[in-house]
Amino acid sequence: MAAKDSGGQSQSQRSRQEADAETTEAAVDPEIAERHEAITEEVDDLLDEIDEVLETNSEEFVRSFVQKGGQ
Amino acid sequence: MTVRRIMGTEIEYGISVPGQPGANPMVTSSQIVNAYAARPELSKGGRARWDYEEETPLRDARGFTYTGALYDPAENLADEDSGLANVILTNGARLYVDHAHPEYSTPEVTNPREVVLFDKAGEMTMAEAALRAAHTPGIGPINLYKNNTDNKGASYGAHENYLMSRQTPFADIVAHFTPFLVTRQVFAGAGRIGIGQDASEHRFQISQRADFFEVEVGLETTLKRPIINTRDEPHADAERYRRLHVIIGDANLAEHATYLKVGTASIVLAMIESGVFDGTLGIAEPVAELRAVSHDPTLTHKIELRNGKRLTAVELQMSILEQAEAYCGPDADPATREVLDQWAYVLDALARDPMELADMLDWPAKLSLLERYREREGLDWGAAKLQAIDLQYHDVRPEKGLYHRLVARGKMKRLLTDTEIINAMTEPPSDTRAFFRGRCLSRYPSEVVAASWDSVIFDVGADSLVRVPMMEPEKGTKAHVGELFERCAAAKDLLDVITAD
Repeated sequence: MAAKDSGGQSQSQRSRQEADAETTEAAVDPEIAERHEAITEEVDDLLDEIDEVLETNSEEFVRSFVQKGGQ
Repeated sequence: MTVRRIMGTEIEYGISVPGQPGANPMVTSSQIVNAYAARPELSKGGRARWDYEEETPLRDARGFTYTGALYDPAENLADEDSGLANVILTNGARLYVDHAHPEYSTPEVTNPREVVLFDKAGEMTMAEAALRAAHTPGIGPINLYKNNTDNKGASYGAHENYLMSRQTPFADIVAHFTPFLVTRQVFAGAGRIGIGQDASEHRFQISQRADFFEVEVGLETTLKRPIINTRDEPHADAERYRRLHVIIGDANLAEHATYLKVGTASIVLAMIESGVFDGTLGIAEPVAELRAVSHDPTLTHKIELRNGKRLTAVELQMSILEQAEAYCGPDADPATREVLDQWAYVLDALARDPMELADMLDWPAKLSLLERYREREGLDWGAAKLQAIDLQYHDVRPEKGLYHRLVARGKMKRLLTDTEIINAMTEPPSDTRAFFRGRCLSRYPSEVVAASWDSVIFDVGADSLVRVPMMEPEKGTKAHVGELFERCAAAKDLLDVITAD
């Protein structure tokens, strides 16, 4: 299980790095760069709020979300 | 050529009772629907039932009627008799229990912006229903999620419906709509942590639904789900129309995602109706590519076409857009032009960096939250906290849902105001038969005994019930009958005028 987790993680990190490298290269438009930065800051600000609204026991919350299949 | 056509969505919501994973979802879904039915405007007369007379869910668009035991329409009628709740709303929508989920079907509308409006009205209806249920004695808190999977192997649908010309060969839809649907997720995906139906591999993917699709074409909606669904149940004049039932989409929270999802689909269908496509975008392995695209949030995966060419999903969408621009031309009406411009804007941004759209589309918004939370806490993708964030993004409660928290902070671009959405919870669209249905329910709540997409049935004290068929979706509009409702104080007066015409 743990090996599978880290495998997924490293693959995704690699993808992100590639994406980031491309972004840096492409982000010549200062307006876009600025907007990107603004979004980043705002999201960081949101993280504290997530902790406040997240259901208290994440593990229990996720485990007990069981649905019957639909269409 | 226009984006305009009769269309709508039907969304099954995830339902859970905190601390009680074993709660019977048919019971809790009924509690949700019944709690909303206690709204003042819905509890004036007896509750109108659903009229199933014209429904033929087993008819297949390829021309045969399914004879297997996969779905029994009599069961649907029985469902109602056994108490599975159903309520027809004054905006022309239907709120009911389907399988083991509460479902909201929007009224028929004519343009993508109104699809978003009534789709969001459905979301707000669900939020209010849950609030009302929580205040009903004997019913505990019930939480609702506008998503499509429990990440444990179950999926539930967010369907779209498009009325099309009966003239269009179904084979053309299969050939030319499939490449569009396989790649549309790049802007319409709602994002998900977990690969595989049971999410056994912990990675982020673009779409909630991709891993649940197993075949290219078919009638089923709950097993072996097909990319193109063949259900042929027009709820309208079957000689003229077919209703294309699209089952592959994710439920979207972001207004722009829903808007583009249905707006682009409607334009592509118009192009198929006009025979624009030459088949060069045919995908070699659509089911496998659907997943491969979803599993690659970097959007660099190359799809192999039947002719051997390889394109990314964004490139394939750009190719469709280019043909759409040529087809629609400079004289496109404003609603169509708006979709084309948005489509171009979003594809360009996706090609640069999908995270530029974190304030506009669901999957980039969700991935952005997850990435930053993961980095701050040093979590791996299997962490329960991240899965909780994934799930809670879809919570319909404004104070709890993470999409709604983003909106409250002004961090998601919107198309609509809350006032417009609240109004749409009770007011029908003006330019389809949903206006007639909705107004009948609000004006004559005691006399309407049943209704459906294509009928309203009255009991005005005569020997038999009076059934008004509505086989033309663009009739019964405000322009057509609005004045009648003002003039006719009683349902009997209305029926007298209609039958005299």
